[in-house]
Amino acid sequence: MTVYYTREHEWLRVDGDVAVVGITAHAANELGELVFAEARDPGTTVEQGDSVAVVESVKAASDIYAPVTGDVLAFNDELGDDAALVNRDPEGEGWIVRMTIADASQLEGLMDRATYIALVG
Amino acid sequence: MTQPLLRTPLYDLHLELGARMVPFAGYDMPVQYPAGVMAEHLHTRAKAGLFDVSHMGQVRIRPKSGQVADAAHALEALVPADIVGLKPGRQRYAVFTTADGGISDDLMVTNMGDWLLLVVNAACKDADFAHVRDALGATCDVDMLADRALIAVQGPAAEAALVALDPRAAGMRFMDVAEMELAGVPCIVSRSGYTGEDGFEIGMANDGALTVARALLAHPDVAPVGLGARDSLRLEAGLCLYGSDIDLTTTPVEAALEWSIQKSRKPGGARAGGYPGAQVVADQLADGTTRRRVGLRAQGRAPVRAGAELFADEAGTQPAGRVTSGAFGPSVGGPVAMGYVAADHATVGTSLFASVRGRLLPVAVTALPFVAATFKR
Repeated sequence: MTVYYTREHEWLRVDGDVAVVGITAHAANELGELVFAEARDPGTTVEQGDSVAVVESVKAASDIYAPVTGDVLAFNDELGDDAALVNRDPEGEGWIVRMTIADASQLEGLMDRATYIALVG
Repeated sequence: MTQPLLRTPLYDLHLELGARMVPFAGYDMPVQYPAGVMAEHLHTRAKAGLFDVSHMGQVRIRPKSGQVADAAHALEALVPADIVGLKPGRQRYAVFTTADGGISDDLMVTNMGDWLLLVVNAACKDADFAHVRDALGATCDVDMLADRALIAVQGPAAEAALVALDPRAAGMRFMDVAEMELAGVPCIVSRSGYTGEDGFEIGMANDGALTVARALLAHPDVAPVGLGARDSLRLEAGLCLYGSDIDLTTTPVEAALEWSIQKSRKPGGARAGGYPGAQVVADQLADGTTRRRVGLRAQGRAPVRAGAELFADEAGTQPAGRVTSGAFGPSVGGPVAMGYVAADHATVGTSLFASVRGRLLPVAVTALPFVAATFKR
């Protein structure tokens, strides 16, 4: 499965026409320990760049932007009681939403891991 | 033109400790260290946190007569607090009021024996200094102590950390102020703070700040804490942030700060009124206000932040007020907020609804503070 990255520090793991979306370890570290997370309701259609979820630290709320256009399929319910799972395993168990990929050509505008790592240093 | 950010004398120490620096009130300040806001907050309540608050303004008022009572009388023309009755070696909270009863800053006032020391907010310090100098300049020498730093140590282990440097710290009570030498540096130490915890605020010349900070950090229970946790600590303690919870549009009565107006300054008192907006405040003390600052506790886990609108009904048709500070409270283990609500919704236990991302979340009007203070009275 291919993983793509955005300039807004989301990652997106592609499995056919479905993607799992989360935030990068770099972003999780920058935000600090998360205390709350929620996503748009399943069935909601989001455009690329729309807010698809929100994560909150003690200090602030941060939008998670949809890396591609698609329909929200599911929120990671584990985060409901334990948003800090994102900090502990940001690119694994701490995924945030699962969504469809309406237009696979949008993936071409995203970064691969090497490019993203170079971006955040 | 953007002004270059100012640095406190502890700037290099913050970098050495791995702080993430942010602009705050014109200063480059540590918002957090590697431990993070959550851990720093909890460490302060469990042991002790060290805060650099050197950005705050320190103002010295020396009466030309040499009689501190003359300075106290003069300052009472600007604040509703009892300053004349403030004994040497004691500190008190006060607010500067405006002609219409608003608040132009909040501050701490100390009677240093033959002069008064004011500690004011960083963002207001130039305006406060001009305000005091204009009003008191004829009878007092008013100086901004720009060459002085300020360090707070807060939490249950704060006393032990101070006692390790000077055993006399143990004898101080809440709001006592004493001059003592810490690690060889002459300091003005007050038993006070902005976290709801027992603790101390320590002023010293800029060139002694690093020595004192290092001596305090050498105590195993003391860890550095940034502005992020400072904000969540003061919010849990129910303490106002100037510019958010109180400002030019809020009166001391609306802000539930009547306790900062002592009996002698209230109607019928020995030195009643005499400060800007005194009639507005007197009328509100007698008749109440149309709105009131209250604590708010959200029922879910979603933090309700500053700016959220409050409604009396779940449909969001009856406006009831607005949130002025809100965060996740690490010690409370849930969202905490404060804000202004219409007087008929201000009773503790009242159910309201806060608008968060287009949804109305249930919140309850709650007594402040959220976390009981542990001051050494």
